[in-house]
Amino acid sequence: MRDIQGKTSLCFHNDVFILNSASIVGKKEGEGPYKDSFDKIETDPFFGTDSWEKAESTLQEQTAFLALEKQNLHPDDLRYIFAGDLLGQEIATGFGMVTLGRPVFGLYSACSTIGEALSLGAMTINAGYADQVLSLASSHFATAEKQFRFPLEYGHQTPPSSTRTVTGCGAFVLSSQAGAAKITGITTGIIMDYGIKDALNMGAVMAPAACNTITRNFNDFGRGPGDYDKIVTGDLGVVGRQLLFDLLAKEGIDISAQHMDCGIEIFDGDTQSTHAGGSGCGCSAAFLSAVLLPKIASGEYRRILFVPTGALLSPVSSNEGQSIPGIAHAVVIEKG
Amino acid sequence: MENSVKKEYQDHVKSITPKPNLPLDMLKAFLVGGVICCIGQGIINTAASLGADKQTAASWSSFLLILISVILTGFGLFAKIADFGGAGALVPITGFANGISSCALEFQTEGQVFGIGTRLFFIGGPVIVYGLATSGGLGLIYYILLRMGVI
Repeated sequence: MRDIQGKTSLCFHNDVFILNSASIVGKKEGEGPYKDSFDKIETDPFFGTDSWEKAESTLQEQTAFLALEKQNLHPDDLRYIFAGDLLGQEIATGFGMVTLGRPVFGLYSACSTIGEALSLGAMTINAGYADQVLSLASSHFATAEKQFRFPLEYGHQTPPSSTRTVTGCGAFVLSSQAGAAKITGITTGIIMDYGIKDALNMGAVMAPAACNTITRNFNDFGRGPGDYDKIVTGDLGVVGRQLLFDLLAKEGIDISAQHMDCGIEIFDGDTQSTHAGGSGCGCSAAFLSAVLLPKIASGEYRRILFVPTGALLSPVSSNEGQSIPGIAHAVVIEKG
Repeated sequence: MENSVKKEYQDHVKSITPKPNLPLDMLKAFLVGGVICCIGQGIINTAASLGADKQTAASWSSFLLILISVILTGFGLFAKIADFGGAGALVPITGFANGISSCALEFQTEGQVFGIGTRLFFIGGPVIVYGLATSGGLGLIYYILLRMGVI
């Protein structure tokens, strides 16, 4: 019981280290401002396969093995895998994790999946149920377009509030062995539905969930914005960021000095015409691995609050006229 | 949660969400749509000058515009034109051709029957369904008015 923190958080008293991580992204992400940070940039959108879905599975598989290889680990060194993606019935994970041959928990939390995967992985290690696990999440621009919107070559316009799904994957080996960063706490997301129905304004859908999770994290841990070097949301984009600031202002909280959004960072909105920014599971996952963790390892950031955000819609719920619920999972990451 | 809180948030979202630049978008649509129509008219005039009657010349125009649109879709160029020109590229027959061919491309990996066969009209289907329904309804009105001696 000693790990329970406040009403909805956990503070881990056993060590949960991020032993290692890997990121692989697509061509467009590899042309963005962080092109030199990712482990690998795959210029073939099919990843050497003949379908978008197989491409995303291959992306997951390659990223998982890359994360293991960096530390000379074998899949057998993992006790569990926590993995997810955006596709119906989670087929990117279902097919991508076959070759690892380890016990898998398949997760869905839309674009916040990596937050859920890291949370559950950290809980598992903290509880002593595993010594080493793998947490990962992926997204692919083409599979997401096909799943949620239109065929890729269908001509249409998107409004300035829309985002572009990142082709990318981030994989993290969590371990009780010492690593450069560690997960010290989590605040799990509560589903928030403010009645937004516009599937092309995901920032507006997710901002209330991000606000709720960040506020609960502060309350549960007795912390404020100044206790974190960075507060990093997943894929709110420029519209969602403004809404998050406005919602937090009502609570008397100002995080503008610490805030960063993976979706805004990962592309150059001016030159890459990505409108409000990047989105997708792979956006926050790859960004955490490629950009944030190295800065934690170097000591530039001592403690961050990583808050991937997700919009829990499906084409069916949208067609049925339902509003879109949002969710955000917070993970406290500190220097190891 | 109280509905007033939701309503207040929704109104706030509406007020801060950037809107597309309507005059600029309309200008782009006018340009792209205009160019497509000029190409179509060019085909009609050419066919007519080669001796085709009015109806045949118009058919050549539709046929070639569809062909060009499908080829551009295959090369990944139509989506870029539509991203710039919006409805200017979508409203002429070119948009319909793109809607069908982009589905064929996208779903070919799922097979000839359940992929292409089932999903070919994923975008074009509603246009056909409601186009036919509307023309049927208008035809009925026309017939009634005709019988009543109004027309």
